[in-house]
Amino acid sequence: MSGQNQAGLVLGQETGAELGEPPRRPRRWGLGAGRWLLPAYCALALAFLLVPIVYTIAFSFNDSVRTNIAWRGFTLDNWLNVCDEPGVCEAFGNSLLIGVVATGIATVLGTMIALALARYRFRFRSGTNLLLFLPMATPEVVIGAGLAAQFLTAGVPKGIGTIIVAHAMFCLSFVVVTVKARVASLDPALEDAGRDLYGSPGQVFWRVTFPLLLPGILAAALLSFSLSFDDFIITYFNSGPVNTLPTYIYTAATRGIPAEANVLSSAVFLLAIAVVLIGQVGAQARRKRLGIATR
Amino acid sequence: MARGLFAESGADLQLVGIRKEFPGFTAVEQLDLTVPAGTFFALLGPSGCGKTTTLRLVAGLEEPTSGRILLGGRDVTDTKPHRRPVNTVFQSYALFPHMTVLENVAFGLRRRGIDDPLGKARSALRLVELDALADRKPAQLSGGQQQRVALARAVVNRPALLLLDEPLGALDLKLRRQMQLELKSIQSEVGLTFVHVTHDQEEAMTMADTVAVMNRGRIEQIGSPEEVYELPRTAFVANFLGQSNLFPAVVREAGDDAVGADVAGHRILVPRSRAQRTEGTITLGVRPEKLLLLTEEPTPIAGINVLGPGRVTDVSFSGVSTQYLVEVPGAGTVIVFAQNLVFGPVVEPGADVWLSWRVEHGFGLADAPRGSALQQAHEALVGGAET
Ligand SMILES: Nc1ncnc2c1ncn2[C@@H]1O[C@H](COP(=O)(O)OP(=O)(O)O)[C@@H](O)[C@H]1O
Ligand SMILES: [Mg+2]
Repeated sequence: MSGQNQAGLVLGQETGAELGEPPRRPRRWGLGAGRWLLPAYCALALAFLLVPIVYTIAFSFNDSVRTNIAWRGFTLDNWLNVCDEPGVCEAFGNSLLIGVVATGIATVLGTMIALALARYRFRFRSGTNLLLFLPMATPEVVIGAGLAAQFLTAGVPKGIGTIIVAHAMFCLSFVVVTVKARVASLDPALEDAGRDLYGSPGQVFWRVTFPLLLPGILAAALLSFSLSFDDFIITYFNSGPVNTLPTYIYTAATRGIPAEANVLSSAVFLLAIAVVLIGQVGAQARRKRLGIATR
Repeated sequence: MARGLFAESGADLQLVGIRKEFPGFTAVEQLDLTVPAGTFFALLGPSGCGKTTTLRLVAGLEEPTSGRILLGGRDVTDTKPHRRPVNTVFQSYALFPHMTVLENVAFGLRRRGIDDPLGKARSALRLVELDALADRKPAQLSGGQQQRVALARAVVNRPALLLLDEPLGALDLKLRRQMQLELKSIQSEVGLTFVHVTHDQEEAMTMADTVAVMNRGRIEQIGSPEEVYELPRTAFVANFLGQSNLFPAVVREAGDDAVGADVAGHRILVPRSRAQRTEGTITLGVRPEKLLLLTEEPTPIAGINVLGPGRVTDVSFSGVSTQYLVEVPGAGTVIVFAQNLVFGPVVEPGADVWLSWRVEHGFGLADAPRGSALQQAHEALVGGAET
């Protein structure tokens, strides 16, 4: 509902911006159609992608009563008193909690599994690889319904716990794939050097292996959180009475989404953009610093 | 960790019956060697002969399939790598990319809780003349600089034994010569035991007190560079360490001092003490620079071997010396290095020449180079001798 779509939009916007730059290619078409065809196409595509978001953000400032469909005037009330609308903040809090805990579990387990799969040869190695691939290949409906049936059979009451288990499960696969790629690119000689330089196995892990894997682990955690925060189908099957932001919005949509939901969605979107921007600026600064230092 | 473990001087290394098998491949067949404390030991061999594996066994990064490793008399075979007073300069340097040069060098000191790790790391960097670059990341250094950081990172720990795995392999020739001198002076300065692995025979000979020539997971010969060069014991050593002229020969007489053998119809003598085998088929060898090129058949003199006549097929001038190729019927192509005492070559291609050398310069081998025509001839001769 929010996370993944927005991530897609962020990307779309970036590539769009690149394509939309003033054309620097040789003037092969002179003043012909090519001059404006591509920019126009890009503008249209961008508009198509951006309109829903602009709409969401704009209507978070709508002075709405009951339904948030017609524009009734500008107000900051929705932003200032988000939690007035019953259920919105609770759902948002649930989503955050589930996202953080499921990401934590999936990241720790996934990193350990990735290390084991990349480093060691053991009996069920290929079997484990296959098992990890399954959740990515299986339709979400199947996983959701399957899990729900399992919980029912086992007599586990549905709630935040079952959602966390479900999310940790499907996030795990993505974490393993992401971290494994990073482990594969890690020169084993570095760990040998750590051991040779009097590092105990624990010291070698925390001072050599972990710092070098950290970018991969962070990327995996971010991916995992956005997948969890955004998930609707699997959550819907296993949530019981608990609402997450996606399930809340889904239910609310039938009677008109409250403006407070727009506020939260906009906030998450802006936050995601901010994270991406900070990351980009930081990387650029680092490149610049290194570039100057080597010159 | 016991401080006493880390010696202020080198310790001797002993490998006893070491064997290392990987699944489906034996990298080290059978290794027995002793490296005396404080010496510069070179392990020389072609790529893939098991040099790196040997070093990894000593460092503790691999476990031997069988055999013991003793360091200063103490058995360290089952000691974990981080508890061995051994440091390695890795073939790929293996500098930690996320740490500065200074932190890389201080890593070992910090792990052992040594006082003032940064100060000691700085002085180690001064030793390799890199103290100005202490705050850089390894990626910002050239290959030669990275190599010196790797050296400083190992030396700073004052290990009883320093292992160097082809550390100069990636450097260009000039830098390599310079680093060879630096390494040698660092070794005598700090008095550590160095085990230096290389496939460059010149490097091994100029730097080492003792050279071990390794081939196919075995050590073929150990000795001082002069010893190994002047008296190779196998055909592999004779050709890997410098060049040799090798002739298949059949022993005709074995006296107390010398062994007489037949090489393509010529009677050639070799000192008995320099022959690995004194009967049947042997390989006679002589270094190209020990040969004298003669334009007339010499009168036989005691103590001088003569081969010829042969025809000069190629002359190549290389500054200090000239290399002649001489085709001797029945003995094959013979290489002669002659110092350029006069301007220009003394003979032209096509000339008939005789080759002579002092009996005590020759050597006799029990084997022949693998896969050579010589080996086939050798085998044919051995077969002939047996039937
Ligand atoms: N981990 C390993 N598994 C299987 N074979 C190995 C392994 N390490 C080395 N070898 C093999 O052992 C042989 C010796 O390798 P190495 O000691 O690296 O040679 P060198 O350093 O002399 O070039 C090579 O043929 C190599 O393929
Ligand atoms: Mg090697």
